[in-house]
Amino acid sequence: MNRYPLWKYILVVVALLFGLIYTLPNFFGESPAVQVSSTKATLKVDTKTLERVEATLKTAGVDINGTFLDTTGVKVRLKDTDSQLKAKDLLEKQFNPDASDPQYVVALNLLSSSPQWLTNLNALPMYLGLDLRGGVHFLLQVDMKGAMTKRLDSMAADLRSLMRDKTIRHGGIGREGERIVIRFRDEDTRTKARQVLDENQPDLQLADQGEGSDLKLLATLKPAALKRIQESAIKQNMGTLHNRINELGVAEPVIAQQGADRIVVQLPGVQDTAKAKDILGRTATLEIRMVDETSGALEAAQAGQVPFGDELYVERGGRPLLVRKQVVLTGDRLTDAQAGFDNQTQEPAVHLTLDSAGSRIFKDITRENIGKRMAILLIEKGKGEVVTAPVIRSEIGGGRVQISGAMSTMEANDTALLLRAGSLAAPMEIIEERTIGPSLGAENIQKGFHSTMWGFAAISVFMIAYYMLFGLVSVICLASNLLFLVALLSLLQATLTLPGIAAIALALGMAIDANVLINERIREELRNGSTPQAAIHTGYERAFGTIIDSNITTLIAGVALLIFGSGPIRGFAVVHCLGILTSLFSAVVVSRALINLIYGRRRRLESLAIGQIWKPGNKAGAAAATK
Amino acid sequence: MEFFRIKKDIPFMRHALVFNVISLITFLLAVFFLFHRGLHVSVEFTGGTLIEVHYAQAANLEQIRTGLEKAGYSDIAVQNFGSSQDVMIRLPLKADQTSAKVGESVMAALDTEAPGASLRRVEFVGPQVGRELAENGSLALLLVVVGIVIYLALRFEWRFSVSAIIANLHDVVIILGFFAFFQWEFSLSVLAAVLAVLGYSVNESVVVFDRVRETFKKVRGLTTPQVLDHAITSTISRTIITHGCTQLMVLSMLVFGGATLYYFALALTIGICFGIYSSVLVASPLVMWLGVSREHFIKPVKKIEGANDEGAVV
Repeated sequence: MNRYPLWKYILVVVALLFGLIYTLPNFFGESPAVQVSSTKATLKVDTKTLERVEATLKTAGVDINGTFLDTTGVKVRLKDTDSQLKAKDLLEKQFNPDASDPQYVVALNLLSSSPQWLTNLNALPMYLGLDLRGGVHFLLQVDMKGAMTKRLDSMAADLRSLMRDKTIRHGGIGREGERIVIRFRDEDTRTKARQVLDENQPDLQLADQGEGSDLKLLATLKPAALKRIQESAIKQNMGTLHNRINELGVAEPVIAQQGADRIVVQLPGVQDTAKAKDILGRTATLEIRMVDETSGALEAAQAGQVPFGDELYVERGGRPLLVRKQVVLTGDRLTDAQAGFDNQTQEPAVHLTLDSAGSRIFKDITRENIGKRMAILLIEKGKGEVVTAPVIRSEIGGGRVQISGAMSTMEANDTALLLRAGSLAAPMEIIEERTIGPSLGAENIQKGFHSTMWGFAAISVFMIAYYMLFGLVSVICLASNLLFLVALLSLLQATLTLPGIAAIALALGMAIDANVLINERIREELRNGSTPQAAIHTGYERAFGTIIDSNITTLIAGVALLIFGSGPIRGFAVVHCLGILTSLFSAVVVSRALINLIYGRRRRLESLAIGQIWKPGNKAGAAAATK
Repeated sequence: MEFFRIKKDIPFMRHALVFNVISLITFLLAVFFLFHRGLHVSVEFTGGTLIEVHYAQAANLEQIRTGLEKAGYSDIAVQNFGSSQDVMIRLPLKADQTSAKVGESVMAALDTEAPGASLRRVEFVGPQVGRELAENGSLALLLVVVGIVIYLALRFEWRFSVSAIIANLHDVVIILGFFAFFQWEFSLSVLAAVLAVLGYSVNESVVVFDRVRETFKKVRGLTTPQVLDHAITSTISRTIITHGCTQLMVLSMLVFGGATLYYFALALTIGICFGIYSSVLVASPLVMWLGVSREHFIKPVKKIEGANDEGAVV
């Protein structure tokens, strides 16, 4: 009766094998590496870059342990940290000859040294949290109200031009709090306006207010539109952050949305928080200026004599451009920039939207400068970059500007991105910050590891001494539980933190409960006079219900922590829940399989090696003892 | 080895009242200290800045304190953290200061007054985050309680679930009472430990209740206190050994885990010790007083003469 069908043994073996394979990468450690990735959307990292990296390092005589290309960029594995630093400097010089205008990110990184066949199986080492590897963590709160006001302001401007186009006389359009108020003098106009708005502005919800000659139409954003605007604000801010963080040269930055209006930024390995915060909080500005096209001025400037009131810039194509210092319009007036297509010619274009004040200025400028060129500059840290310099073809009113001609879809996308990057969609505030030094991280790993190891050792010694062979089986189960847990964590790439390690230790401490329950039950059955085989059978059978019940109550607590926990608690909860599930399997299935394997086939089993069984009435308990 | 050689069922229920009075007194003391002294909650809940610095030599706390006061910080806490070389500085939240400045200005102040400090960790928590954490913590506690009550009521009987949850919630209050009495820092990881303990020590009640149910079904003619005594006595060796093992692990964390895991392990230790006591010696009398009896477990429809209750056939 204590025999498992073959498939159950196979299941256990397969599970153990699976655990072993996915735990394995954690033992190989990490080797120093350098990563080269591109800062610009237009610049692709491909096999050519890879060859260039290899050639650079070869000529300089740096020993490399392998190079490879993946979605994030070219990675070079190196022997030690010395050659890592050397390689970084070399590549930095080669790929970014102009330090003030970096084209590539050259960052130090650590790569798992596990063999390729493991990596191919998607077996990666556990993903360590910041408290274990050191780095900076920021939680940023996006000011959604700010984003909303900005959006409503531009919407009010849209409505004004719409009313003008449709020749509806209104008594003023303005934003009041979170709604737009349009005033009318009579009912007919209001009804007409309502119709027009219904057709043209599907995002707005309209309501009437007021009496007599003071009639109002209140426009608020529909919930769906509200949600869309919030989402795009978050997305845009994340995009902007991404571009800026690229500059820091972080190997694996994490930029993720948390909740409806928060962004988590994690920069592993970064120690210079001041610089990181400077970059996160920086506001790049967009400036629109006129191009100086006086004949001969450009030539003079190139010769070194820049005319008074002008500045010399280089266009993205590489051509020089003389731009006036006087700023016509700043990026504050720009509410949106999207890549798209020209309505008539179907060629790629960038659509800009300006707010009402911006539209007025833009209209005047374009009227006076038809046929001339204007330059849009992105100013960051006092350094300007010409995003684009289009020719003005006609007067542009209404705040909707289209830049088109001689660009690819890719370029249009890139330009739109750069224009948007000029400003964050909504202001952000750092509401949580954690910096962990690298030595502290290493220490934390050490401490977590030591606590688990010594705890495990102590439990093992006790269990084997107390339950003999059954204790040994329990210890093997506990070890396999640890194996499964680490394998699952590696496979899921869940972030392991110090509380997570504590949860591993605690999971082991609690998992032993199931084994103790089983062993005690078996002893009890023996004490009551059952035969060894029957004792094993009923022992497991009876303990099972109790094990399930007790694990489910623990699981309830774990799930609650998982739902409501954030940050360190979440790390704890994930491991805690997984630990309960793996312990169920290892305590019930694996230990039974082992016991069946040891005792199941014996016909005449006299006793079990489960330690001393004391029976009431027997002197000093020497009776049905061990073998 | 066999630690427990018990000949007869130990008459636990005879002393039920004593156990409950002891536990009631501890509970009341815990509540008193909770209100009287309050919890010393970490920056994670209150919002503020926490800075950990490391000195090559033993740190002079007084110097650090005066240095920071000179730099204009008030209401600061400076203390050793783990060793004499590690210092933890806690600063309250200030309305006019952004997180970007605090870390740097503290380091600047330390450089002039108590040089040689290297920054190990900065933690800044804004006020909105702290409030949310406290809210989420209470919600988590509520969910655990409701979840366990429902599960036990379905699996056993409402009397069991009520007494188990009373016994274990009182553990939670006692852990909090300890933290209030000694003014230990109550951080997020301690909260995690408290909730984990809640789930864990309910186990204990479950194991005993399982036995109670089994004994009620199998053995006729025993009074309720006798059944409870039998159930507790026959599971006591498992109870002690399991908790002993878990405690071994927690002890190892307490010793090797360093300052970060210290309070986490401490909360677990208290939880485990009181968990054993309350889930066995408090929950069982409660079940008895709530009037549980054999009839609650014998389902007349299912009862067939000669059939094995457990369904196990040997």
